[in-house]
Amino acid sequence: MSDFNNDIGQQLHRFHGGLQLRHYKQISCTESPPFIAVPKQLVVPLQQHAGLIAEPCVEVGQRVLRGQRIASAQSGISAHLHAPSSGTVSAIEARWVHHELRCQAVIIDCDGLDEAVALTPLNGWTQSAPESVVSHLQAMGVVGLGGAVFPSAQKIHQSLHQEQNIHTVILNGAECEPYLSCDESLMLSRPEEVIRGAQILCHAAQAQQVIIAIEDRMTEVEKRLLQCIKTKNLSHIQVVQVPTYYPEGGERQLIQVLTGEEVPSGGYPQDLGLVCFNVATAQASFKAVEHGEPLIQRLVTVTGQSVQHPGNWWARLGTPVDDLLRAAGGLQQAVDRIVMGGPIMGRCLIDTQAPVVKASNCILALSNAEVHDPQGELPCINCGFCVRVCPARLLPQELHWAVRSQQLDRARDYGLMDCIECGCCDQVCPSHIALVEDYRLGKHQLRVQQQEQQRAQLAKQRYEARQERLQQHEAALAARRQVRKSPASKPLDAKARIAAALAKKRQQKAAQQATNTTPPTSSDEDRS
Amino acid sequence: MLSAILGLSLLALTLAALLVWVARRFPADSDPLVVEIETLLPQTQCAQCGYPGCRPYAEAIAQGHAEINRCPPGGTATIQALADLLGCEAKPLDESLGEEKPPLVAIIDEASCIGCKLCIQACPVDAILGAAKRMHTVIADECTGCELCIPPCPVDCIDLIPAPQVASLPNALKRAQRIQMQVRA
Amino acid sequence: MSQGQTPSLQVGGAPHLPPPRSVASIMREVLYALIPGILAHVWYFGPWILFQLLIACTFALLAEWAMLKLRQQPLKPFLSDYTAVVTAVLFVLCSPPLMPWWVSAIGMFFAIVIAKHLYGGLGQNRFNPAMVGYVAVLIAYPQVMTQWLPPQMLFDELGLRSLDIGQGLWIILTGTPPEALTWDTISQATPLDTLRQGATKNLLINEIRVSPIFGQFGGWGWEWIANWYFLGGLWLLYRRVISWQVPVAAIATVVFLTLPFFLMDPDAHPFPMQHVFSGGIVLGAFFIATDPVSGSSTPMGKLLFGVGIGLIMLVIRRWSAYPDGVAFAVLCMNMLAPLLDRYTRPRIYGHER
Repeated sequence: MSDFNNDIGQQLHRFHGGLQLRHYKQISCTESPPFIAVPKQLVVPLQQHAGLIAEPCVEVGQRVLRGQRIASAQSGISAHLHAPSSGTVSAIEARWVHHELRCQAVIIDCDGLDEAVALTPLNGWTQSAPESVVSHLQAMGVVGLGGAVFPSAQKIHQSLHQEQNIHTVILNGAECEPYLSCDESLMLSRPEEVIRGAQILCHAAQAQQVIIAIEDRMTEVEKRLLQCIKTKNLSHIQVVQVPTYYPEGGERQLIQVLTGEEVPSGGYPQDLGLVCFNVATAQASFKAVEHGEPLIQRLVTVTGQSVQHPGNWWARLGTPVDDLLRAAGGLQQAVDRIVMGGPIMGRCLIDTQAPVVKASNCILALSNAEVHDPQGELPCINCGFCVRVCPARLLPQELHWAVRSQQLDRARDYGLMDCIECGCCDQVCPSHIALVEDYRLGKHQLRVQQQEQQRAQLAKQRYEARQERLQQHEAALAARRQVRKSPASKPLDAKARIAAALAKKRQQKAAQQATNTTPPTSSDEDRS
Repeated sequence: MLSAILGLSLLALTLAALLVWVARRFPADSDPLVVEIETLLPQTQCAQCGYPGCRPYAEAIAQGHAEINRCPPGGTATIQALADLLGCEAKPLDESLGEEKPPLVAIIDEASCIGCKLCIQACPVDAILGAAKRMHTVIADECTGCELCIPPCPVDCIDLIPAPQVASLPNALKRAQRIQMQVRA
Repeated sequence: MSQGQTPSLQVGGAPHLPPPRSVASIMREVLYALIPGILAHVWYFGPWILFQLLIACTFALLAEWAMLKLRQQPLKPFLSDYTAVVTAVLFVLCSPPLMPWWVSAIGMFFAIVIAKHLYGGLGQNRFNPAMVGYVAVLIAYPQVMTQWLPPQMLFDELGLRSLDIGQGLWIILTGTPPEALTWDTISQATPLDTLRQGATKNLLINEIRVSPIFGQFGGWGWEWIANWYFLGGLWLLYRRVISWQVPVAAIATVVFLTLPFFLMDPDAHPFPMQHVFSGGIVLGAFFIATDPVSGSSTPMGKLLFGVGIGLIMLVIRRWSAYPDGVAFAVLCMNMLAPLLDRYTRPRIYGHER
């Protein structure tokens, strides 16, 4: 494999399938997004990132300051959470994030002072080791802000500790879903911060170059980024315009467009020497490293036909969606659903009190007219439209039949686990079948099945090991009995043996009474 | 007449010799049916079926001594899979042996544990850790929820709690399941 | 909206915008694409096809309605999806214009009841319903199904009598010509039939083609109808209702398999275009073989599907008792479609090349 490919981005490639969607973006793209005021109460769910839920490290009634850590990452894939403003923790209870996720959340009653903890920037990061940048990003709770919310520090950490060196950092500024414009707005309003963030991520991943991929319609963004690169004289950062074609913003598709290579099935971009971040992640990394500010706010697009004045706003994490909708002029009566994320892959909100989380790139209020589907679901007619648009080159209709008939092995054989859930098949299906929902169900069932098989395998191994051990034990006992039966060894008097055992027992009891006052310090003893 | 009898006998003898030679030359490595049955069983090793573990039960099924509906932890899914494998009718679970429950793991109330080691001896998969007169604990990842440790415990300090799932089934998927049921019905 | 007043929100899985297309809209587009061909048919062969369309659509919808009732399926979505109408139209376009109404009814019975609903209804039929219906009546009524009319403009030249509306309807209703007429005085063998009969008499192509029923490259009139179908097909391609693989593969197979024979001996073998523009190959390639349900769905599978149809059709034209073989070719390839799908799966993203 070539170590360092200098032509990345020079020549663009195509990915299979995809869709040309109406993007509805101008309506909400403002140049300098305003800030939403800190609300009276913040709801900070503990599951805002991919991986394991964070564990709260504050107590109810405790006063917290802005930027103070309120929940810690578990070992494994997880991320820290910080208080978005100062106030008192009034409860830690389960809240709905979106209609598929309900988790524990730290509720903070804000005092309006917005008092901050002492910020700890990582001064002189250019001189520091990549590991220290990575651990700083971890401490600041930086996660991918494109939607997948994978902890950034762990992404870089993985790529630093693998055989394949990372040569290129790709910054993803191609929002492929319709309606979203928060990344464009961020690059327009804060190009320097994005570029600085790119430098930090490039240093942390020990890469040689950075490619910022933006959509070909973002000419103004390109101008500002290039100007910024030019004034700083950064030759290793280049800006590449990619066609606006859904799902261009998907990591794997973007890599295919830029390099012509495919990320191996079940692998990561790191296997190709690439690592991808969203532009908003770069900006958050800049804030974390140079200003010492943890990830406590993000840029959110508020749009949709039911919103009066669509636009982008900076919102503290935990701000109720209601506040954003009011900032956007409030909802019109015709609202059908409110979606967190884009219209193709977003999740529905249960109510407008749901909080802004790290993954909330967009709050989309869709009207009845936009959502209305007069046909409903009909049987699949095998039209093959889905085959034509699937960027993973799957056969979606085969997967659909396999999952609906619960032939999970067949579904896996047809590549169910390679589905990226982009929803292209759903968008072109003339029978209006909820294909992605089928796939998510099938994937879930496959994962459960796999876990069960692993558990069964483990239990079997342990059972067999125990059987073997018992047999050996039995054999040893039998051998000893054999020895005792032989005339050479004279059996002890039974009564004497009982007396000896009783004496030993009494001794032990006495010893235990003595130690009972001090509980055993170590509970895990070697069990082998 | 005689030649016909002789000829057929000779043929039978030759074929028998061939069969014997084939059986000696290519011995079956292990009873493959037992292995196939065993992979379908949940490996809980709970002995609720009346056999001391999943392997013995698989052997009993393979020899035709046991019904296929004696595995409560596996429940309907396992019975169906066994029926498919063996080409027989699926039967309802024998409720006298136990009922189908969601996956469970044992947990020891560590405050009341007296360190008697009885549960350690009862555990078929060595998932309980501890020493005499020391508090015991269950290795949750290795516990199969077989309940065999519960009867021996002299102080009733072992409870069963639902096993942690991979991820809870997202709500939206319940709709898909509903559709599925309609399709099957 | 004031604070605290929460609108009731819907909750559903992604994606949230409904797809722009529906089964009905696709089927409507197929019907629109057939309109120029149908009009050309009326121009050359008289208005009878319009009556046939009416009859066949009525029976198709009746059969659909009855089967939906019997299967306790919702009526509205399935009756309004136009699939039965498309089946009926394709059936009529393959059949002679003066076929009696009961033949149409039987064809629709086989198409809708047997080929479609007994296999599970929309999306489940293994065979193309229109072709099942057509083949059923072709085998049951061989005489009726070969009584074709010559183009109206050639009546005088061929010494035949033209029909008025009443006489034509009489034939459709009773199955026999009115007293003043006989079949011999109104019907004429199709160009393909003529070619076959000529070939069995060892006539040269040029000798056969002196008959006025031949046009520039196909049958007189037929070639223009085929052109209009072709245009409709191109429109479907442009609208991406059908994919290019099946029609291109089928027509290319016909052309490339007949070209060497024509070059070797132009006297004994017709020009490839003659093959393409007579009979049902254009209609078949663009409208019948592209039926999604019973066809292949992988890109490679579609190519092979098209090649198979071209091949089988030529074999039937050349060696069987039937002058045209599109219907049989489509049904044969329908059987192979699941196999094609299974062995032509595209390489999944990120898997080994």
